[in-house]
Amino acid sequence: MVFAEETVSKLSALYESYGYMRFKMSKFEEYDTYVKNKSFLTSDNVITFTDTNGKLMAMKPDVTLSIVKSSKDEAGQTKKVYYNENVYRVSGDSHAFKEIMQSGLECIGDVGLYEISEVISIALESLKKIASCYVLDLSHLGIIAAAVDGIGVSKDGRKKLLACFGSKNVCGAEEILAEEGVNEKDAAVIIKLMSFSGIPSVVLPELQKLSNAEMAPYIQELETILSVVGDENVRIDFSVINDMRYYNGIVFQGFVKDVPKCVLSGGQYDPLLKQMRRNAKAIGFAVYLDELKEPAKRGTDVDVVLLFNEKTPINNIFEAAKSLRAAGKKVIVEKSVPQNIIYGEVVKL
Amino acid sequence: MLNVALPKGRLGEKVYGMFEKAGYECPSVLENSRKLIFENEEKGVRYFWVKPSDVAIYVERGAADIGVAGKDILLEYKPDVYELLDLKTGVCRMAVAAPKTFRDDPTKTLKVATKFSAIAADYYAKQGRDIDIIHLNGSIEIAPILHLSDVIVDIVETGKTLKENDLEVIDTVVPISARLIANKSAYKFNASTIEEITRKIRELI
Repeated sequence: MVFAEETVSKLSALYESYGYMRFKMSKFEEYDTYVKNKSFLTSDNVITFTDTNGKLMAMKPDVTLSIVKSSKDEAGQTKKVYYNENVYRVSGDSHAFKEIMQSGLECIGDVGLYEISEVISIALESLKKIASCYVLDLSHLGIIAAAVDGIGVSKDGRKKLLACFGSKNVCGAEEILAEEGVNEKDAAVIIKLMSFSGIPSVVLPELQKLSNAEMAPYIQELETILSVVGDENVRIDFSVINDMRYYNGIVFQGFVKDVPKCVLSGGQYDPLLKQMRRNAKAIGFAVYLDELKEPAKRGTDVDVVLLFNEKTPINNIFEAAKSLRAAGKKVIVEKSVPQNIIYGEVVKL
Repeated sequence: MLNVALPKGRLGEKVYGMFEKAGYECPSVLENSRKLIFENEEKGVRYFWVKPSDVAIYVERGAADIGVAGKDILLEYKPDVYELLDLKTGVCRMAVAAPKTFRDDPTKTLKVATKFSAIAADYYAKQGRDIDIIHLNGSIEIAPILHLSDVIVDIVETGKTLKENDLEVIDTVVPISARLIANKSAYKFNASTIEEITRKIRELI
């Protein structure tokens, strides 16, 4: 776990440099917090138990909801926090509960274009701390909604269409659009949006061409943000499609080379706050540390295996080990050479 | 080097033909050997044969960058991958079939034998029908004959097997064909290669 821990401390230092405060939460939270927003959670299975006073508690499956709960609405103010917490979720493949180490950051309150740009640039810097080769996919749900709403697709059709966006399934989308009798012009816009995947300087002009009255303000927003975070590692890609019941506006996902799944995911979640009857906006992201592979192990576990037997005076053992460690060596003291470790040399006392 | 997972069998050979025509050949692939991995360094591709139902797993977990999997597998396991292209090959349908004498009794729980539990559950849930899923791994057609189930949900290509077992299709669940899929992360870092392969293969369809 050394690698994950190193990454956590690097990320924490980064978030603190932007003035974000550490948010520490307890392992358990009242089940009530989660049940109201169950579909906001990545998996709806939560480990629950009854507390000594009869309250139904949960092992935290998520941190964002707790942070939202603990923040207050004050005009002109934002709450900026970061966290490093273990969350408990059912893993998709094994169908068993797993402890997942997660780092993340939330900015809640009077969130505007500046805050959004700040969070995106911190997301980019987070990826840079994890690997040298990285990509942040940026999407705007407002643009997708503007393209999909008002073209006369059924509720079921819309849901399927959004799923096609997520999997870049152009063929599937074409079928749905034809089935739903969407006119050619609207259909072409959707297909074009789905196929975008590239650096902003290439995609933005193309996106401008598709613009209409509903889309224009969102494209303008995207353009402003990109002009500040401007980074060759950003891609405009509308396959990032978080649940629109909770997310709106900018959403993004980060990938690093040689890790098969996305390692960072986030976006604006104003609708969640609205549902919680809050008068605030929010943006944040999480880094999935368990997806990160540890770099190849260094040559040896220890430099010296120091062997002693029953007759060796204990003082001699201590002295010998101490002098080796003073010389900067990693020393393990054993009666016989342990199995399954890689060592430099064996020294017998 | 781009890793390509192909489904072992007739479909895989057909699909390899498409890659070959698109300019990504690797002649040793079709040699009759027990080897599973084949490489063409010059073209930058490495093919490997895996069990058809496993292709999506190899791609989702990044052991393969792209692969070819049936729509049935994608619907059943819902892997988190990009579905880039309908290859319009391996065309068949997921269907509900039953003995010719079968009459649906809505007052009873319907017993459904299938390899595709998720697809079957989803199909009947949409109709609000109460069912009992019997998950089998093969020879599904035998289930209604032995009264293990009332109906089956399975892939039907020509309908020959059904006919020989006195079964008939009573409804189509979803049409199926082979799809070109890609790992999401691999797509980010090999975008130009993957897009080029997709484009070239699309031209062949």
